[in-house]
Amino acid sequence: MNSFHEIVRRNEAVILAGWLEEMASTARRSDLMGDAELRRQAAEFLRLFTQAAQTSSDQTSEEFLGTRDFLKDIAKSRMDQGFRPAETAMFVLSLKQPVFNALNNAYKNASELVAEIGAAGDLIDKLAMLTVDSAVQIRDEIITRQQAEMLELSTPVVKLWDGVLALPLIGTLDSSRTQVVMESLLSAIVETNSQIAIIDITGVPTVDTLVAQHLIKTITAARLMGADCYLSGIRPAIAQTIVHLGIDLTDVQTKANLADAFGLALSKVGKSVVTIKTAANGQLAAKTKDA
Amino acid sequence: MVLKSEQHPIATADDVVRVRQVARSWAAELKFSLVDQTKLVTATSELARNTLEHGRGGTMRVEHVENGARRGVKLIFEDKGPGIADINLALRDGYTTGGGMGLGLSGSKRLVNEFDIKSEAGRGTTVTIIRWK
Amino acid sequence: MDRIPILKMGDCLLVTIQVDMHDQLAVSLQEDLTAQIARFRSRGVLIDISSLEIVDSFIGRMLANIAAMSRVLDAETVLTGMQPAVAITLVELGMSLSGIKTALNVERGMELLRQYIREDMDNVQVGDGTEE
Repeated sequence: MNSFHEIVRRNEAVILAGWLEEMASTARRSDLMGDAELRRQAAEFLRLFTQAAQTSSDQTSEEFLGTRDFLKDIAKSRMDQGFRPAETAMFVLSLKQPVFNALNNAYKNASELVAEIGAAGDLIDKLAMLTVDSAVQIRDEIITRQQAEMLELSTPVVKLWDGVLALPLIGTLDSSRTQVVMESLLSAIVETNSQIAIIDITGVPTVDTLVAQHLIKTITAARLMGADCYLSGIRPAIAQTIVHLGIDLTDVQTKANLADAFGLALSKVGKSVVTIKTAANGQLAAKTKDA
Repeated sequence: MVLKSEQHPIATADDVVRVRQVARSWAAELKFSLVDQTKLVTATSELARNTLEHGRGGTMRVEHVENGARRGVKLIFEDKGPGIADINLALRDGYTTGGGMGLGLSGSKRLVNEFDIKSEAGRGTTVTIIRWK
Repeated sequence: MDRIPILKMGDCLLVTIQVDMHDQLAVSLQEDLTAQIARFRSRGVLIDISSLEIVDSFIGRMLANIAAMSRVLDAETVLTGMQPAVAITLVELGMSLSGIKTALNVERGMELLRQYIREDMDNVQVGDGTEE
């Protein structure tokens, strides 16, 4: 194993001072973080790094868990404060120069010095990459969460009548969206005590095998729960795709449009729609009554 | 990379119930969604039962694992039983030696993100599954 | 050893599965139910699983068996209250339990059973052709 960790340990205070100086001359962003806070973060990271490096040179090992957790934390907090991922990476990378300075003073043999600088530099580089990785993951999580929120807003489950729900799907369905939709429909069935759910795909331009499979899984799951699903609004083009893909919809009740599906649903829950004339002005009005 | 790890015996029917609860709490700790928890616990039930009935008892190791920035639950079911001679056959839907519906092994595979099985006739079986958050 | 209680409601039997069952308990339930159906000549069985958070292939098979055995004994079975997460998992597992009737809750389940029993009774004629 390399021995640069010894030099770092012995010169921790000097290295810390050198590091802070290094950061002062590069992009400091004092508008985002005060000196005391920066000093605290640097000191803590250097302490963890030095400690871990005593027994390991692999940043993915158990020994570096504390260091990795610390970096993940500051990647997040710095992101919240407004730092760009590259700036957080620079925080870690700028540790290299003061470490190299300390190594330069300690190793007189050129090839030894090169080897130790290489090893120390490699370790610090990888730790810097970790902050970038974390920042990207945090951004991804934000995007995913926002997508989920948009999804909830764009796929409302509506109650058409007591016991009848409708799920009008608009836009292209992808695998993850269909799963979210599936789960919210099933929860809605339980919450509203509905017997029938109508999935309307008038607003869906294309359906592929994966989406069709998800729809069928949703319908099967709803059945297991005791509710029936109808599929409405299948455009001729989609009907062709379904047949070409060999998807079996024989067990699924389909109707050309939402209105027809609603009509069928009403009769299944024991309701019918009748037209009545009011005595006053002979105007027609409609209301439902129990069948 | 493993964050924490625990081993549990699978020697009785009560153990099968117990390891289901263990899998559930380890998944809940990582704040898995209810559906993901259910899928993992169901897979656990299937595999634990296999370990008990076909493997003549064994162990389940449960771990919190990390890969880059994502976390997950890893379960390793091990037995020193008769082993499976033809793994591909065993993984096919509907194949059963026990008079069941034959969905335990193949079904579990569909409920998790990563699935690995090692088995040799006469040497036992090890099934490893991972569900990522 | 614990056994799952079976309630008699008229010509139907009602079972609520609330515990995380181990295999022996499931097998006992099968035996107890078939015994009770025969004893009371029940026409309907309602199994409520609204508290069940896990249904694996063994439990699924047990439920399918109960439905099949009941049918042989001239009783209809309805499964009620399956949780969404359980339903999604069962479908993913590959079990559609297509032979079993299902309902959202116990109330609907009983309505369904009454309907089947009534329809069935309508088809029964006794002796001189008068309906039962």
